[in-house]
Amino acid sequence: MKALAARRHHRFAPVVLLLLALLVTGGVYAAFAPSPASADTASTEDIETGQKLFQANCATCHGPSAEGSDTVPSLVGVGAAAVDFQVSTGRMPMQMEGPQAIQKPRQFDEEQTAQLAAYVASLGAGPAIPTDEQVDASLGDPSNGAAVFRTNCAMCHNAVGAGGALSEGKFAPPLWETSERNIYQAMQTGPQSMPVFNDMNVTPDEKRDVIAYLVEQRDGSAGGLDLGSLGPVSEGLWVWIVGMGLLIGAAVWIGAKSS
Amino acid sequence: MSDNQHSTDLTKQDGHELDRFQDPGIPAHKSRMADRDPKAAKRAEKQVVILFTISIIGTIGMLVAFFALPEDTSIAGIRTANLIIGLGLAFSLLGIGLAAVHWAKTLMSDHEHVDERHGQRSSDAVRAEAVQALTEGAQDSGIARRGVLKGAVVTALALFPLAIAVPLVAEVGGDWNVNKFRHTLWKPKMRLALDPSGRPIKAEDVTIGSAFHVIPDVPEEVRTSHEWISEKAKAIVLMVRLDPRDLKEAEDRKDWSYDGIVAYSKVCTHVGCPVALYEQQTHHLLCPCHQSTFDVADGAKVVFGPAKRPLPQLPITVDDEGYLIAQSDFLEPVGPSYWERLK
Amino acid sequence: MSTSTAGPAEATADYLDQRTGIAGAVKEFARKVFPDHWSFLLGEIALYSFVVLILSGFFLTMFFVPSMGLVTYHGEPATMDGQLMSEAFASTLHTSFEVRGGLLMRQIHHWSALLFMAAIVTHMMRVFFTGAFRKPRELNWMVGFLLMILGLAAGFTGYSLPDDVLSGNGLRITDGVVKSIPIIGSYMSYFIFGGEFPGEHIIPRLFTLHILVVPGLILALVALHLFFVVLHKHTQYPGGGRTNANVVGFPLFPVYVAKAGGFFFVVFGVIAAMGATMAINNVWNYGPYDPSPVSAGAQPDWYMLFLEGSLRLMPGQTEYVIAGYTLSLNILIPAVVIPGLLFTFLAVYPFLEAAVTKDKREHHVLDRPRNVPARTGLGVGFLTAFIILALAGSNDLIATHFHLSINAITWVFRVLLFVGPVIAFWITKRICLGLQRKDRELVLHGHETGRIVRFAHGEYIEVHRPLDDQERWLRVNYTAHAPLEIEPATDSRGVRRKGYKKDRRMQRLSRFFYEDRVEPVTPSEVAASHSHGEHDALGAADTTHAVESGSAVGGGSHIVSPDDTGSTKH
Repeated sequence: MKALAARRHHRFAPVVLLLLALLVTGGVYAAFAPSPASADTASTEDIETGQKLFQANCATCHGPSAEGSDTVPSLVGVGAAAVDFQVSTGRMPMQMEGPQAIQKPRQFDEEQTAQLAAYVASLGAGPAIPTDEQVDASLGDPSNGAAVFRTNCAMCHNAVGAGGALSEGKFAPPLWETSERNIYQAMQTGPQSMPVFNDMNVTPDEKRDVIAYLVEQRDGSAGGLDLGSLGPVSEGLWVWIVGMGLLIGAAVWIGAKSS
Repeated sequence: MSDNQHSTDLTKQDGHELDRFQDPGIPAHKSRMADRDPKAAKRAEKQVVILFTISIIGTIGMLVAFFALPEDTSIAGIRTANLIIGLGLAFSLLGIGLAAVHWAKTLMSDHEHVDERHGQRSSDAVRAEAVQALTEGAQDSGIARRGVLKGAVVTALALFPLAIAVPLVAEVGGDWNVNKFRHTLWKPKMRLALDPSGRPIKAEDVTIGSAFHVIPDVPEEVRTSHEWISEKAKAIVLMVRLDPRDLKEAEDRKDWSYDGIVAYSKVCTHVGCPVALYEQQTHHLLCPCHQSTFDVADGAKVVFGPAKRPLPQLPITVDDEGYLIAQSDFLEPVGPSYWERLK
Repeated sequence: MSTSTAGPAEATADYLDQRTGIAGAVKEFARKVFPDHWSFLLGEIALYSFVVLILSGFFLTMFFVPSMGLVTYHGEPATMDGQLMSEAFASTLHTSFEVRGGLLMRQIHHWSALLFMAAIVTHMMRVFFTGAFRKPRELNWMVGFLLMILGLAAGFTGYSLPDDVLSGNGLRITDGVVKSIPIIGSYMSYFIFGGEFPGEHIIPRLFTLHILVVPGLILALVALHLFFVVLHKHTQYPGGGRTNANVVGFPLFPVYVAKAGGFFFVVFGVIAAMGATMAINNVWNYGPYDPSPVSAGAQPDWYMLFLEGSLRLMPGQTEYVIAGYTLSLNILIPAVVIPGLLFTFLAVYPFLEAAVTKDKREHHVLDRPRNVPARTGLGVGFLTAFIILALAGSNDLIATHFHLSINAITWVFRVLLFVGPVIAFWITKRICLGLQRKDRELVLHGHETGRIVRFAHGEYIEVHRPLDDQERWLRVNYTAHAPLEIEPATDSRGVRRKGYKKDRRMQRLSRFFYEDRVEPVTPSEVAASHSHGEHDALGAADTTHAVESGSAVGGGSHIVSPDDTGSTKH
C-alpha cells in the first residue's frame, strides 16, 4: 500500500511542484534571498510552503504532522540538516522499499529543499544546515581529518572513502562525489544506518578537517591509477588480468613458431 | 625390486609386442620467411635494431626525466614523476626483451635438436662401488666396534643445538607473562575519553544514535609512549546510547550501563579486529574483517559470523561532574579466545 | 679453449680454463637442448619476478628503517603531516615522497610480489595438469611446493613491514589465530611478538625474516629446483619423435639465451609499466598503525585471501570449553585444518598417484590433461575450492559491487565450498572423457570433409579425410591406466593374506582414478573400421566394461577418401 501510494505521488509530483512553485512562491521570491545555508532566517512563508510540499510528498509515509510510525522515523527534532541531506541527495522521497534509501537524482530544487527543511526545523529543534565556512575544506586540517576519519569513518566508508559493505545488503556509500555540505550533514544527523557524530563527539572543526581529508583524496592516488582504492583484492585482480595476462601473451608469442 | 625399476629402457612398456601405432618421428622442418627470403631477413634485422633503439631511448629518457623533473612532492607531482620515470624504465627493459626474442625467433636457426636422455638410476656396478666405499669408510672409523664412542658422538651432536636454541627461546618471548591478557588499563573511576583526541566524555553529550570510540583518559605523555599501543590494543571501547526501551540487559548487568549508554570492548572475540561498524538503526555492530555481527541492544551477543562469544562489557557510571567513568576493568579477558582464558 | 692465437677473448678463456677447467662445463651446457612451449615459461615468470624482487628490495632497504620507535612526521603527503607514527611507517613515506623513484621501486616491489605468487600458482597448475611431477620429478615437485610456501612467507612478512593500519590488522588477525592454538597458543603469541601484541619487536623481526631468512631459503631452493631441471632435462609435450628417451628442442646457446634472457627483460618491463601506472598499497591511505581503526575492505594480498575467506565462512558455534580450557575450533578449522588439507593434498599428490598407478617408469613426455581425467578433475576441483575461498574472502566487495547481502553471499559460499569442488570434478572428468572419445572418433574415421558422395544405389555418404601420421600420433600415444589388480584375500590354502586390507583400500582408490577410461585407438581397430566401411565392429582391445568406445559416435556411414594408404604404414 505504502509503496503504491508513494508511486502515485511521484507521478503527480512534478505537476504539484510546478504549480506550487509558481503560485505560492512567485511573489515573495524577488524580495527574498533564499540561501540554503540560512535555515535560521527561514520566513513564515517558507515554512508554510514547506508544509504544503511536505503534505504532498512526504506525509504519506512520515504522517501528516511528521510524527512517523513503527517503521518510519519521526521527523520532529531531526533538524534542517537532516532534511537537506536526505532531499538534496535524492534519498528522499524514497522510491521503493529496500535495505536502505539510495541516492538518486534529486526531486526538489534548492529552494524547495530549503522550504521543506524550514518546515521540519519548525517542528522541533535540531541541527541546522551548516554554513559555507563550516564546510570549507581549505580551512580544515587534512592531517587531523585523516586521524578522525580513520577512527570514526574508515571502518564503513573505507580508508579513503571508497565505500564498503554493511550487513544484510546495506552499505556505506562512496564519498567521492558527495558534496562538502552533505558530508557535514551526514556526520551531524546520522542518516539511516550511520551513527550520529554530534558536535561533542566530532567537533565542528574536526568535521571540517574530515572534509578537508576527503577533498584531498579527490586529487587521486600518488602511485597512478587508483584501481578503485579498494585495497589488496582489486590489486590482486589486476595483477592477474594485466600482469599475468600480458606475460602469458608474451610467453605464447615466444613459444610460437615464426612464420 | 621389480623388473620395472631395473628397466632403463624407457621406450617399451613391457616385453611383448603391442598393438600400438608407431612414432612417426620428428615432423619435417618448415622454413620461415626469413630463411627463404633475404629481404625478410633484412627486415627482421631492422626490426630488432629498432627495438634495441627504443630501449636506448627509454634509458636516456628516464635519466633525463630523473634529473630534469621539477621538485614537486605533491600527490600530482609524485604521480607525474612516477609515471615518466617508470615508463622510461619500462621502455628501456621491454625494448631489450622484445628485441632479443624477435631476434631468436626470426633470425636464429630453428632446426630442432635432439638430446639423448638416460635413466636417473646408477648402474648396479656404480651402486656396488658406492656401498663398498661407505662400508670401507665405516670400517676405517671403527664406529661399529666402539659403542661408547658412537653414543658419545650422537649425544653430543643431539645436545649442542640446545646451547643456541634455549637462550633464543627463553629471551624471544619477553617475560612470558601471558597473564597480561587478563588486564587492561581500565580501572575504577577512570574517565572515558574520545579516541584519538583524548577529550573526556560527559554522559549528556552521548545522544541516542551516536557511536563513540573510546580510550581510557590518560595523560598525553602516556598516549605518546611506546607502551601505549599495546595497552590501547586491549583497552579500546565502543560506546553507544540506545533508547532504554530498546535495551535488553541481563539481571546481573543492570547497573553496568548508564541511562541507556553501554560500552563494549572494541576487540573482536573472534581474532581481534576492531569491531567498529555500528548500524544505529539495527543496533548491530559488524566486524569488517570477518563479518561477525554483535547485537549491542542485547548484551553484544553474536548474531552472525565466525565469533562465538559476546563482546566483553565495560561497566560504566558517571562521576560528580557528569563525566562517564569506568566502574572497574573488564571482568573477563578481552579479544580472541585462548586456551587458558577461563583459568 | 686454449689456443696460441691470442686475441683478448681467447686469452681470457685460456686464463679461466687453466684455473677452472670451465671448457668442460661450456661443452656440456652451451648446446643443451630445451623443448619449446609457452607454458614452460610460466616458471620463468616466477623466477624473473623473484629477481626483480631482489633488485627492487635492495633499493628499498637503503631507505627503510625497520623500527617501531615513534616519531612525528613532517612532510608530504599533507594528510600525514604532523602525525605520530613508527619510524618504519615514516621511512616508507619518506621513500615514497622524498626519494625520487622511491615510490616506483615500492610499487615495482609489491607488483612483482603479487606476480611472483601468481606465476608460481600458474606454473604449479601447468606441472600438475600435465603430470610433470611423475617419476623422476617427485622431489622437484616437493621443492617447488616448498618454494610456494616460502613465497607466502615472504609475502606475509613483507606486507606487514610498513606498519600501516591495514597490515597491522593483518598481524592482529595472525595474533588471534596463533592464540587459538591449544595449550601453547598464548606462548606462541609471546614468542612472535616478544610480549603482548603488538609490542615493539615485530617489525624488526619480520624485517630480518623478510630480507635475510626467507629470501635466503628461496634462493637456495631455487638453485636446487633449477639443478633438478638440468639433471632431469626438461619434460616435453607429446608429439612426433618426442619419446621418454630423448629431448627435442633448441640449444641453450644461442636460442634460449636470447629467448629466456629476453623474457627476463619483458617480465621486468611489464612490472615496471605496472609500477609506473597503477597505484599499489599506497599506505598513507591507511595511516600509521593504531589498534583502534580499521578500514572497510580489510583484506590480505590475493594469495592469502583463501585463508581470509576460510575464516569468514566458518560459523562461530564451534568454540568449546572443555574442563575450563577453551578450544576455538571456529578458528582452528578454517585457519589451520582447511589450509592444512589443501596443502597436504598438493604435497602428497605425486606419491598418491604413483601408488594407485603402480607405475615405476620414468616419464619425460607430458600427459595431455584429457588423457588423465581423474587427475584433471581433482586439479580443477582443488582450484574451485581455492577460488571459492578467495571469493569468500572478498565477500564485502562482492556485496557492494553486485548489490547483494553479505550474509546471503556468506551462506551461498558456505554451501558452495562443499558442493562446488565435487561438481567441478565431475564436470571436468566428463569433459575429459568426451574429448578422449572425440579423439578416438577422429583417429578412426578422420576429418569430416563436407564432401557428399552418392552411390549408385542411392545412398549418400560423407567422405572423410584420414589423419596424417603426426595428427594421429598425438591422439593415440598415451597409456590409459587400469585400476590395480590385487592378489586375492586368501592364499591357495585358504589362509588370510597379510596386507590384504591395505591392498584393497589402494584398489578402491585406484578404481576412483581409473574406472572410467578411454583406451587409445590401436592399428587393428583402425584397420577393422576401414575394412568394414562402417564402424559397428570394434577391436577386442576395447572391451573393458566401463570403456565407452567410439561405436556410438559419428552416427552415419562414411567412407574414407581414396588417398588413405593404411594406418600402420610408415
